[in-house]
Amino acid sequence: MGLDPEDVFKDEEDDPDNEFFQQSESSKEYVVYLVDASPKMFNTTCPGNDQKDETHFHTSVSCIAGSLKTQIISRSYDEVAICFFNTREKKNLQDLNGVFVFNVAEREHLDRPTARLIKEFDCIEESFMREIGSQYGIVPGSRENSLYNALWVAQALLRKGSIKTADKRILLFTNEDDPFGSLQDAAKKDMTRTTLQRAKDAQDLGISIELLPLSRPDSEFNVSTFYADLIGLDGEDLAQFMPSASQKLEDMKDQLRKRMFTKRVVRRIEFHIANGLSIALNTYALIRPTVPGAITWLDSVTNHPLKTERSLICEDTGALIQEPPKLFQPYRNENVKFLPEEIAEIKRISPGKLRLLGFKPLSCLKDYYNLRPSTFVYPSDQEVVGSTCIFIALHRSMLKHKRFAVAYYGASSHPQLVALVAQDEITSAGAQMEPPGMHMIYLPYSDDIRDDEEIFPDTEEDAPRADEDQIQKAAALIKRIYVKDFSAFQFANPALQRHYAVLQALALAEDDIPETIDETAPDEEGLTRPAVVKAAEAFKLSVYGDSYDEESDMGKEKMSEASRKRKAIAENAAKDYDWGNLADKGQVRVEEFNSRRFESLLKCPQPSC
Amino acid sequence: MARNKEKLVLLLDVGPSMHGVLSEVEKLCSMLVEKKLIFSKYDELGVVVFGTEESNNDLTTEVGGYQNITVLQDIKVVDGDLVDTLQKLPRGTVDGDFLDAIVVGMDMLIKKYKDLHKGKKRLCLITNAIHPIKDPFEGSKEDQVMTIAEQMAAQGMKIESIVVRGRFSRDANKGVMDENDHLLSIFSKKTHTRTVYVDTPTSLLGALKTRRVTPVTVFRGHLELSPQMKIKVWVYKKTQEEKFPTLKKYSEKAPASNKLATHQVKVSYEYKSVDGSSNSVIPPEQRIKGYRYGPQVVPISTAEWDAVKFKPEKGIKVLGFTDASKIKRHCYMKDVYLFIAEPGNTRATLAVSAIARAMKEMNAVAILRCVWRQGQQNIVVGVLTPNISQNDKIPDSFYFNVLPFAEDVREYQFPSFNSFPASWQPNDQQQKAADELVQMLDLAPSGKEALLPEFTPNPVLERFYRHLELKAKQPDAAVPPLDETLKKIIEPDPELVAENKSVFDALHRHFELKQNPKLKKSSRQWYQEKQSGSNAHVSGGQAVNSIENQPPVKIEKIGDLTPVQDFEAMMSQRDNPEWVEKAIKELREKILALLIHPDGEDKYQKAVECVAALRKGCIIEQEPGPYNDLMHRIRQYCEEKGIKSLPQLLASRDLTLISKSEAEDSNVTAEEARSFFVKMEPKPDV
Repeated sequence: MGLDPEDVFKDEEDDPDNEFFQQSESSKEYVVYLVDASPKMFNTTCPGNDQKDETHFHTSVSCIAGSLKTQIISRSYDEVAICFFNTREKKNLQDLNGVFVFNVAEREHLDRPTARLIKEFDCIEESFMREIGSQYGIVPGSRENSLYNALWVAQALLRKGSIKTADKRILLFTNEDDPFGSLQDAAKKDMTRTTLQRAKDAQDLGISIELLPLSRPDSEFNVSTFYADLIGLDGEDLAQFMPSASQKLEDMKDQLRKRMFTKRVVRRIEFHIANGLSIALNTYALIRPTVPGAITWLDSVTNHPLKTERSLICEDTGALIQEPPKLFQPYRNENVKFLPEEIAEIKRISPGKLRLLGFKPLSCLKDYYNLRPSTFVYPSDQEVVGSTCIFIALHRSMLKHKRFAVAYYGASSHPQLVALVAQDEITSAGAQMEPPGMHMIYLPYSDDIRDDEEIFPDTEEDAPRADEDQIQKAAALIKRIYVKDFSAFQFANPALQRHYAVLQALALAEDDIPETIDETAPDEEGLTRPAVVKAAEAFKLSVYGDSYDEESDMGKEKMSEASRKRKAIAENAAKDYDWGNLADKGQVRVEEFNSRRFESLLKCPQPSC
Repeated sequence: MARNKEKLVLLLDVGPSMHGVLSEVEKLCSMLVEKKLIFSKYDELGVVVFGTEESNNDLTTEVGGYQNITVLQDIKVVDGDLVDTLQKLPRGTVDGDFLDAIVVGMDMLIKKYKDLHKGKKRLCLITNAIHPIKDPFEGSKEDQVMTIAEQMAAQGMKIESIVVRGRFSRDANKGVMDENDHLLSIFSKKTHTRTVYVDTPTSLLGALKTRRVTPVTVFRGHLELSPQMKIKVWVYKKTQEEKFPTLKKYSEKAPASNKLATHQVKVSYEYKSVDGSSNSVIPPEQRIKGYRYGPQVVPISTAEWDAVKFKPEKGIKVLGFTDASKIKRHCYMKDVYLFIAEPGNTRATLAVSAIARAMKEMNAVAILRCVWRQGQQNIVVGVLTPNISQNDKIPDSFYFNVLPFAEDVREYQFPSFNSFPASWQPNDQQQKAADELVQMLDLAPSGKEALLPEFTPNPVLERFYRHLELKAKQPDAAVPPLDETLKKIIEPDPELVAENKSVFDALHRHFELKQNPKLKKSSRQWYQEKQSGSNAHVSGGQAVNSIENQPPVKIEKIGDLTPVQDFEAMMSQRDNPEWVEKAIKELREKILALLIHPDGEDKYQKAVECVAALRKGCIIEQEPGPYNDLMHRIRQYCEEKGIKSLPQLLASRDLTLISKSEAEDSNVTAEEARSFFVKMEPKPDV
């Protein structure tokens, strides 16, 4: 079995050791979620996901719950605290009124998220009124200022760690754009001033405060009333901050998700444009397959983690090999030996440099020129002043002339010819959908491209081509199943979600594994609508005539000699998989499985690392 | 795999007009054999050259004719000698006849294999096809080619032609070329043919697939548009990276006398408790996999996982069609798949053709949900794009690529370019210079696309296999540098650069780059190391002479643009001790000039940087004199002119006199140095 992790998400060609897929774990993030729990948050509703109205409080809480679940998987070393304000009860180290820090056992207030935190927070709404309670904290005649208190508590929570090693943030959820609106002039002025000062103090300590405002469809959250000053917005930023009043809650969730990630530079590279003209770029991995976390091997008796010791043993003598061994390739009846450094030297071509070779029209970038996920590049003036200026100029020209750059990227482990495709900034409702910059697309070489579409036509006849009527019928069918608002990454990965759900159930000692929804399942209902069925039948008739059902037989008769041979080869190859058996096994297992086995499993102590 | 053995005859034109590219032909063909020696050891190969002075082939002895064709190597199982043969092809003296060569090659295959091994016999012709072929005794050339092509089809032979044109055939007769092209195209009507035209030595190296990969389907089954409408398809890989070969580890422990030694190395893994409480090894069956969930590790056995895992049904379903613009090119996650209709299934072919063409017309793509095989534990969602065939023989098909899931996307925010200060925004002239570059540094002028991926060899793999071949003969051979042909892949084409000299000149004129002077030393060092990184690395293997290892450019003068860097570079030129003196003198002058004519907004910033560099340099060289002199002059100058800001700047960066503790020759005490600027009594500002 070796060291190989679960190969669920591993494809044959994915190399886990490849630095390409690895990310640096440079800085941590500390986040305090500050949630307004005033009655207004409970009274105001908005149409939610399934058109049912949901309260702003619910929206905020479910946003945070979702983020926590993502975070525990993807960035579990970051630390969070959850804090409500405008509460009836109080719970905080400063003993301030109207502020309640939510926490669970075995966890500091600001700490890594745990299974228990997620589980209990998931059902916070059930117990909220009973245990925490909602109550306006800023009322005329009182000197209490729950917003001020909340910021103070949050700032105190974030006292931990240095801003050099951690990114500290307060994410504030509220639907009250004028928190001191109910107060008389003098009191209002005074509280506004002290609250802004409080926020400024926090910001001076390197804490950023971000606002997630909730609007009603009929009345928009007005940032400029108060919060613009608090979070330091002005001019254009202010105008861009609040998207249109019809902003959907979904967008807000998206925004939160976006804000959950801090940027991490993968690598700095030098982009060599001409002799003596090299600019500095940072590269970022914006899209990479997410895989379930690494496996930690445990001793099944004690549940203690195990370490792996690798040793190299000479097969001839049984001796242990200490020094890094030479490598060899059998060739011409002998073993040609290489030193590891020689292999590195062979691969070393323009190390660390991206060299511009020229430009081509975008139409030259064929759909099949792709090998791996792309890498995003963005200029930096940090080392070389003037880099950004050249980059912007090239970026504009490439967009204007619809051209991409071809360059040679001398990555140490994997030098490669790449295409640099300029991407213009795209914003929607104030949020950046596509950042401005260039995407580096890894191009194949001649030996990476196959021409399998050319293997079959060994008849003298031309290949069958659809006629105009068939194309029109196909177009009609396509129109029936056309999706207008498709986003390339709208689906959650069902296998990953299942994986997390199982982990969560085991970690939380739940009896049932939570249901996960496979968002990728086709819209069966939609596809059986009469209009779709009609279009499908019409297309079928135009291509297959009346004999669609006999299609498979027709195929066999016509199968060429070559394809019969190929089939034999493929069947041979397929012997590796025992498909039927695998499927059966899976079925049986599910039924056999019962929760008692889970219970016995969970009795083992779970080591924490 | 014996029945998969390929039988190949190379037909190589070595006539005088081919001499310019024969070294590339040699490299290409020897690479072909080198890879066969590793990946398809039992393939058989013969070599025919044409355009030779002599004639040596069966047909010329048996029936006469077939002049100037030499069988260099009869068909045999590939071996090392073949590589040697192909590495030194004879240079011919006459213009060869490619059609005769084809017949000779066919004759060799027929004699050796009769009508066996259909589909495994292949001819590979490399020629420029610029010389006319001989007229036949009867009928037209066309008829003759037709007959040969039919015979080829009947024997189950394939032919691949690589026609070298472009720069190498500039003076050739166009009429002859057209006729030859037409004749070659007849083959494709009758038999399985691949004809490619290449116009640079680099693309010639990439023109022949040097490694034969047996195509394997990823999926066979239905492409389901709706529950009623399914099309039978096969799915192949369209691109798949050819990896650097995995080398085995070699053990040198066995004594040299042991002739039977395998020299293999076994990698063994042992599992031990992390806390080190016991040093005992845990047997593999006692291990259990643990998965992290936040700070916890959750143990789950394989059996448990199997029971609860996600197990989708095999199948490919269309989730919907959408506008092509919705799918950004950079979202493609993987290498590319090819969807073709089930071979021989006319209806399915028509259905694929109709959908593909409709998609093309509507500029639509399909979103697919794929489970390639039963038992697969994940789902792939991706985008299907139409591939409309340009060749009448080849059916329409689709390409497919994997799209990211929500979890795979990191939506980082980046500053909008408009938000940058005006000094970072290109002005009109700069924009014009960039526009020129983007348009003029053109790799695809009028259909002649350079560096077409289809014809671009992988320079790393080329280098590896060449080095392998070299080492087989000479075990201590050093890694060879990339040759000129391969350099075209990693460096801009010198010809193209020369043609666009004015464009590059404009670029240099309008854009200025400098190292950030405010950068902290540590990060600057990073940058410098990075720049010289290759040199440092290479020094390990002295024989290595890679292209990166060029000596740094010699600095003869300290320029205005980057005086600090020039100074540092000049100081480090060790070939002549005079450089140090010259560097110090020139930088001093530069500093004084900067004082009198402050540069830009930062006023004295640049001067201060230079002072800092000079101070450092003088300490390293233990030459405090010139620097201390200069400092006195600066102080005097500032006092006279009533300049306060500069001394303050210098003092704030501790750029005071060099004291005795820093350089032995200095006669300044530490105390004097400290108070150097404090003592200054500037006249009141005028």
